[in-house]
Amino acid sequence: MDAFLEVAGLTKAFPGVIANDHVDLTLRQGEVHAILGENGAGKSTLMKLIYGLYQPDSGEIRLEGKPVHFNSPRDAIRAGIGMVHQHFMLIPALTVADNVVLGDEPGGFRYDRKEAIRRVRALSEQYRLTVDPTVKIGSLTVGLQQRVEILKAFYREAKLLILDEPTALLTPQETEELFVVVRHLKDQGIPVLFISHKLDEVRDIADRVTVMRAGKTVGSVQVKGTTSQELANLMVGRDVVLRIDKQPLNAGASVLDVENVSVQGHDKHERVKGVSFSVRAGEIFGIAGIDGNGQFELVDAIAGLAKVVGGTVRFNGQDITRLSPAKRTQSGIAYVPQDRQADGLVLDFDLVENTILRDFRRKPFSSGGWLRASAARVYAESLIKRFDVRPPNASRKAGELSGGNQQKVILAREVGRNPSLLIVAQPTRGLDVGAIEGIHRELLKLRDSGKAIILVSLELDEIMSLSDRIGVIHDGQLLEIVDGPSATREQLGLLMTGIHPEDGMPLAVGTETSSSAPSSPKETGGQS
Amino acid sequence: MNNVWRSALRGIGTPIVASAIAIVIGGIIVSLIGYNPLTVYGSLITGAFGTLFNLSSTLTGAVPLLVIGLGIAIAFRAGLFNIGAEGQYWVGAMASVWVGYHFNQLPSVLHIILALIAGMIAGGLWGGVIPGLTKAYVGAHEVITTMMMSYIGIFLVEYMIEEPNAPMRLKGYIPESPAIANNTHLLPALPITAVKQAQLSVSIYIAIAAAIVAWLLLKKTTFGFQIRSIGFNQRASRYAGMRVPLYTILALGISGVFAGLAGGLQMLGVEYQLNDSFTSQYGYTAIVVALLARNNPFGVILAAIFFSALNTGGQNMQQVSGVPSSLTDVLTGLIIFFVAAERLIPVFIGWVRRRRSQGRAHDAQEGGTLA
Repeated sequence: MDAFLEVAGLTKAFPGVIANDHVDLTLRQGEVHAILGENGAGKSTLMKLIYGLYQPDSGEIRLEGKPVHFNSPRDAIRAGIGMVHQHFMLIPALTVADNVVLGDEPGGFRYDRKEAIRRVRALSEQYRLTVDPTVKIGSLTVGLQQRVEILKAFYREAKLLILDEPTALLTPQETEELFVVVRHLKDQGIPVLFISHKLDEVRDIADRVTVMRAGKTVGSVQVKGTTSQELANLMVGRDVVLRIDKQPLNAGASVLDVENVSVQGHDKHERVKGVSFSVRAGEIFGIAGIDGNGQFELVDAIAGLAKVVGGTVRFNGQDITRLSPAKRTQSGIAYVPQDRQADGLVLDFDLVENTILRDFRRKPFSSGGWLRASAARVYAESLIKRFDVRPPNASRKAGELSGGNQQKVILAREVGRNPSLLIVAQPTRGLDVGAIEGIHRELLKLRDSGKAIILVSLELDEIMSLSDRIGVIHDGQLLEIVDGPSATREQLGLLMTGIHPEDGMPLAVGTETSSSAPSSPKETGGQS
Repeated sequence: MNNVWRSALRGIGTPIVASAIAIVIGGIIVSLIGYNPLTVYGSLITGAFGTLFNLSSTLTGAVPLLVIGLGIAIAFRAGLFNIGAEGQYWVGAMASVWVGYHFNQLPSVLHIILALIAGMIAGGLWGGVIPGLTKAYVGAHEVITTMMMSYIGIFLVEYMIEEPNAPMRLKGYIPESPAIANNTHLLPALPITAVKQAQLSVSIYIAIAAAIVAWLLLKKTTFGFQIRSIGFNQRASRYAGMRVPLYTILALGISGVFAGLAGGLQMLGVEYQLNDSFTSQYGYTAIVVALLARNNPFGVILAAIFFSALNTGGQNMQQVSGVPSSLTDVLTGLIIFFVAAERLIPVFIGWVRRRRSQGRAHDAQEGGTLA
């Protein structure tokens, strides 16, 4: 039997929306098959249907030719389907082996930990998922935690592996390591379903790709012989500009001067250590770095949300180091935080309340402590129109919007104030190609209109395509500021791991980066 | 527009469904122990609303529940659980009584206002200072601190009148405080004998005004905007530049202000002095009132009347039908259960739907094999 998993005419409707509309999919034995689609295209729903989390309204799932019906993930696991969710389901305080066997432990009444370790070790050798079974999950990097999730699937004898947006939280190096694992699985004949909205990695890893759009499968194509542009157009349903042309830099006076700033994180540890840089009007200053190296604490500190323990922050010549966040907002600093649902929005508030979330104190939205609801509504509606927020209904709660539209609401709120400095952290995380394009265009438009912009992103491509200058942060220190247009991936990648390309010597042996160290010497070797 | 209606319906739907289920189950219990549920509920309803006197008594009992419930609802909106309103109520009552039998030269209206304000300040400080500060700056959980402060408050008031030489004790054998000045007694709500007998004073108007104030405060002011924002998402509120610790203190304080006002109204409208019974339980029932009202100030009015009606009607029910009035406690318990378990209702509906769709999928499959 050639097809391992077949999905035929699968339909799932939720109140008001058909999430999956006669979806067809064929997964062949031993292939890596990508499901590509924008957010809200129905990828997750399809996976949940296959994994038994949802039950289809109609249609059929066939596993090795036989129709199957899963009432719960337990049924799906028993049938040999393994899934790694985007957000891991691990217990940090337990060891790798404990997590892998949890719920299906060896030994009878008494848990046989030795046997568990032995089996996990054997599995990790068989599938080349190198990880020490005896260490605690909490001490592992995201990439290694993901391996544990994969091990969990194989411990339950998965014959098919579903990876839901597996690279969303990984560094470039970790992504490459994951791909090595996936290729190895493929060699062993294990089919892999790979959910993604990133074109490049789909082209990199998948044999075939099924594109979804608005709940329907638009088509399945071989990856070989298809260009990124064709895939992008298929996915969005129109022509997409993948690279945006930039106007030449026209930088003005310095807007923000950060001098020797040190920042304390929530855990009282110093996360930023003596960073200095300045940002001029009309330029985008990118901050590149691997997650956890202090970049978000740095911008939090500029916005007034993290504690500055040393140095000064000057905004338009004024020392704002001790100013409250509200005062900074008023003085013209706008901030799009990295976690739009936890920080950027009050999800239970409607769009009117969310658009005035940081401006409710000033006229016309309030006067003398009384809210002016009608003025706020007019303003919210104008922003919704200008930024094309969908659905265009100011009474909707922010939590009911898609990720891309939530991001638009935040950006609209921050930009609508006409700030002179805009800080954006991870502005396109989890967004699809179409939405990313829109956000990038908006950022460039703001830059060209003379705003100073700080862009923090974990996506190197995003930093490189937008920034005029790039500061690379590693272990809380700004290692180097390089010219945006002439920077190369390799140069930035090495700097991000704390290595200067010229001397090839690690600058600091940070604890966070020790896990990515195995890959970096290899790269340096390739360079020299 | 459609959306607004639907969300409004959903807002009041669950409490009504919860109350209805509780009433039905209560009816089943009643019939199981051999009574006719229709007679029982009939007597409950006439007891609560049947005559002008009964209706007035219900409203009299609703006043403290209403006013305390408003404060608890405000705290809930800020994401805070003020479980110690009972103590704030008594501390407020004590302050109002103290002012009520001092300053006897003051003109009536001024004296009343001063007494009520004293109660509000006392309640506000009791709820705001220690629970508020410890919550805001060291993260002490308000459920613990308000509860502890509540006991301290109740025992403080008890101390004030208990021992022979206690500070607020009236000379004599009965542990009670001096009565408040006659000119501080609140007027009857209507100049009708039944209303007077039921001790329904103008406090009912003050209570309804308090509900309007609470609604305006939450919905129409920047203060309420921040309270609600903090209640939903502290991190986003901090990011938005709100001073989360300050508003935590204020929310608990205002919650106490309402409880203190309730204490003052009860003293000035009904009891006229402190005496040795601290078993009102208003502060606890009011938590249920706020829950049933889903923290909507106008809902609090209805919920307060509902619970007060259970209480006044329960006594009549016992006399007429012979069912112990503690059945109303059973009903209260059932209502609390179903309101608290409101998430069970969608889960239940989802389960029914799943069953059905599964049936459909089976049918479709069978149809497929036949074809």
